[in-house]
Amino acid sequence: MTRYIRRAAVFCALLLVALLVNATRIQVFQAQSYDDNPANRRSSVARWGQPRGNILVGGGKVTGSRDTGEQLRYERTYADGPLYAPVTGFASQVYGTAFLEHSEDGVLSGTDPMLTPFPLWNDLTRAQSRGGNVVTTLDKAAQQAAYTGLGSRKGAVAAVEPSTGRILALVSTPSYDPAVLSGNASATERSWARLNGDPDKPMLNRAIRQTYPPGSTFKVVTAAAALDAGVITDVDAPTDSPAPYTLPGTTTSLTNESEGCEDVSLRTAFEWSCNTVFAKLGADVGVTDMAATAKGFGFNDTGLRIPFSVAPSTFDTSVDKAQLALSSIGQYNTRATPLQMAMVAGAVANGGQVRTPYLVERTTTDDGDTVSSAGSRPVRQAMHPATAVRMKELMEDVVTEGTGTNAAIPGATVGGKTGTAQHGLGNSGTPYAWFVSWAQGERDIEPKVAVAVVVEDASAVRGDITGGGVAAPIARAVMQSVLAP
Amino acid sequence: MTKAGITVVEADAPAPAVRLPRRRGIELALIVLAVLLSVYGYCAVGLAKHGTVPPGAAGYGAGLGALALLAHLAVRVRAPYADPLLLPIGVLLNGVGLVLIYRLDLETPGDRAAPTQLVWSTLGVTLFTVVVLALRDHRVLQRYAYVCVVGALVLLLLPIFFPAVNGARIWIRIAGFSIQPGEFAKVLLAIFFAAYLAANRNALAYAGRRVGWLQLPTGRVLGPIVAVWLLSVGVLVLERDLGTSLLFFGLFVVLLYVATGRTGWIAVGLLLASLGAVAVGWLEPHVHSRVEDWLHPFASIEAGQGPNQLAQSLFAFAAGGVLGTGLGLGHSTLIGFAAKSDFILATAGEELGLAGLSALFILYGLLVERGYRAGLALRDPFGRLLAVGLASIVALQVFVIAGGVTGLIPLTGMAMPFLAQGGSSVVTNWAIVALLIRISDSARGQYDREVRP
Repeated sequence: MTRYIRRAAVFCALLLVALLVNATRIQVFQAQSYDDNPANRRSSVARWGQPRGNILVGGGKVTGSRDTGEQLRYERTYADGPLYAPVTGFASQVYGTAFLEHSEDGVLSGTDPMLTPFPLWNDLTRAQSRGGNVVTTLDKAAQQAAYTGLGSRKGAVAAVEPSTGRILALVSTPSYDPAVLSGNASATERSWARLNGDPDKPMLNRAIRQTYPPGSTFKVVTAAAALDAGVITDVDAPTDSPAPYTLPGTTTSLTNESEGCEDVSLRTAFEWSCNTVFAKLGADVGVTDMAATAKGFGFNDTGLRIPFSVAPSTFDTSVDKAQLALSSIGQYNTRATPLQMAMVAGAVANGGQVRTPYLVERTTTDDGDTVSSAGSRPVRQAMHPATAVRMKELMEDVVTEGTGTNAAIPGATVGGKTGTAQHGLGNSGTPYAWFVSWAQGERDIEPKVAVAVVVEDASAVRGDITGGGVAAPIARAVMQSVLAP
Repeated sequence: MTKAGITVVEADAPAPAVRLPRRRGIELALIVLAVLLSVYGYCAVGLAKHGTVPPGAAGYGAGLGALALLAHLAVRVRAPYADPLLLPIGVLLNGVGLVLIYRLDLETPGDRAAPTQLVWSTLGVTLFTVVVLALRDHRVLQRYAYVCVVGALVLLLLPIFFPAVNGARIWIRIAGFSIQPGEFAKVLLAIFFAAYLAANRNALAYAGRRVGWLQLPTGRVLGPIVAVWLLSVGVLVLERDLGTSLLFFGLFVVLLYVATGRTGWIAVGLLLASLGAVAVGWLEPHVHSRVEDWLHPFASIEAGQGPNQLAQSLFAFAAGGVLGTGLGLGHSTLIGFAAKSDFILATAGEELGLAGLSALFILYGLLVERGYRAGLALRDPFGRLLAVGLASIVALQVFVIAGGVTGLIPLTGMAMPFLAQGGSSVVTNWAIVALLIRISDSARGQYDREVRP
């Protein structure tokens, strides 16, 4: 019997070995794949187990965390959700994150290794860093002014500081309160379905993710290209441009909204937004130089991140003369985000230099120690400094005596450009009213703000007056709030 | 305590009696260690969850210590030659189980299981003490073989008259207490099997027809094995308890093999077992779904219904990794239902890691090994078979449930010995340890004061 007992014992030992081998398989070799399984809630439990860091605007928090006492313990709250939604995005326990909540998730959630006092410290102690804070470049007053200005209309505002690229305002309407997406209840699910199904697309960040035909505001680029290329040497000399203008190689005739555009000077043409003059200018400059200047301003740049990605604004480079002429007045395939047009205005204001825009001033630990800061951003010369000086004059004229008088601010130097873009089949779509501008206060040594406003306005009459009437007051309010001490 | 005395045997002197070391001091030291480890675990849970040592730590330690000391004294008095590892292993496993249940209780404030488990543990240790004190010789049990089998059958059939709980008819509920009689039946059946096989092993070993290399048993002695097979299948079908029937059948086959040495029995056993398993797995939806879960643990995730218990259990083990998250810091409560009973091992795996899990497995391994060792050292066939049977119950049960929750074999509802929530199980396991103590005492005691063979 002894021999059989020994064999039975060996059998039991084999069972033990099988258990140990299998446990090793699961806990060591396959552990990673189990940990990464999306159905495994452990990462969510850890992620929401501590309050998320905050996003700061002008020294104040615009986000918060609420202790729900549930398994996913802390839920995101927003102090002024709809106002800052295009910047903060949402941080949902179910639907992930967007915008700053997404780009800066490492800092906010505490997983960024830079938050630890020493490298590998958390791996050693198996602790989790507290969520850090993200300090934005936003100007609270400018953001509020833009949001109030847009009101119930559909549109977007982007404002930057020309000399640095700091984004001062980024507003998109209609907006939504990201707090409704924070939790994991069935209400969250309903909100998600409602927001995604809304035909007004409240979750679309129009300031950076929507491109619009820039219309006449693109004439800033065309004028700069003409000056840089030497096609125009004197802004007051008459241009040899007919009105109406027959697009080269076609029989299509281009007309103007306003009278008296025939052979006018660049200054007058810019002031009154003569399509014929700028279409011909673009065609005269040629696709190479037009494209080069547009690229200098930031068009066709697919890699811009602020830190979340910005939809590339486009200037079509494979065009014939007629298409180039149309492209040069902001039609055809020319499309721009409001942020891009703010960069255009900012380049004029900043001596022809485009500063890469950014939204995050710095990130800090929970205690306020700096983790990373924006530092100096790359700079690009979009036009010759002398051209920039003349462009500033032209834009100032638009505000002092042209289509953009609604943007004038007493005691400040303001330059602007109106625009109205038709779109859709047979121009049946809602026209977009544009205004791009910059402003310099009396005591400032350089322009402090460049802004672009676009309003999707059903009531817009076709004409540049619209941009000046609908969009310019919003731009003025934003500029005023930045200039005000 | 008796010191180990190594007598130098004179060349021509008659071989003097060798007084064997009793090793009760070792046992006591190990018990103290086991109690301290449990108290440490209890404190670790409190520190991790609340940042303070839980208020009941001293009381908990004192209670567990007093119980362990009571058991130790009983062993010291009545089973002085018993194996010194058995009792400390029982204390440690029971202590760790209480810590794990207490830890899970913190996540479910409305459903506290640790106090009840503590009461059952007390009952278990009391039963242990009673068995060690009252049962002077394990051979007495041989006389009650048929009483045992009748008792076992009654216990097994009793729950059929009670409503099913969670798909299985294995509980009876009386006055708020829920008892799983099948647990007690295990020990009774082990006694019966051991007695029956010890008495009939020569007849059973009698060779029957030879088919190829297989020496088949004769038809007459095939009766009992078929009866046990029917019993297991009956339990399975009537009570929908896959684990218990697997355990009974496995136990019988192991004992049959040990008693007769016929590999033919194993072949017949495996054949019958697989026949039964396949048939039941095919016909019984409850069992069928368990097999499906085992083959495709993530099927419910892919179907968009979220992870099932087995998937959650695997997640828990994986989250533990090598060193574990630390007591109180895991999320094994995600398993939900049965986290404290069938899936208690997942909590151990997550919070103690592969290291802690391996330690637990090795503790069980040691317990089984000590049982087998006692069996080997004994001379009477009944004692040998009983020791092997009791140890095999522990081995099979650990394998079936641990293999189930780690995805090695299909999951069957069973209690992890000592660890899992479940009063009947704890009491039964203490009874098993008590019997092993008694047998190991006889095994070593028989050589005392005589010349070693």
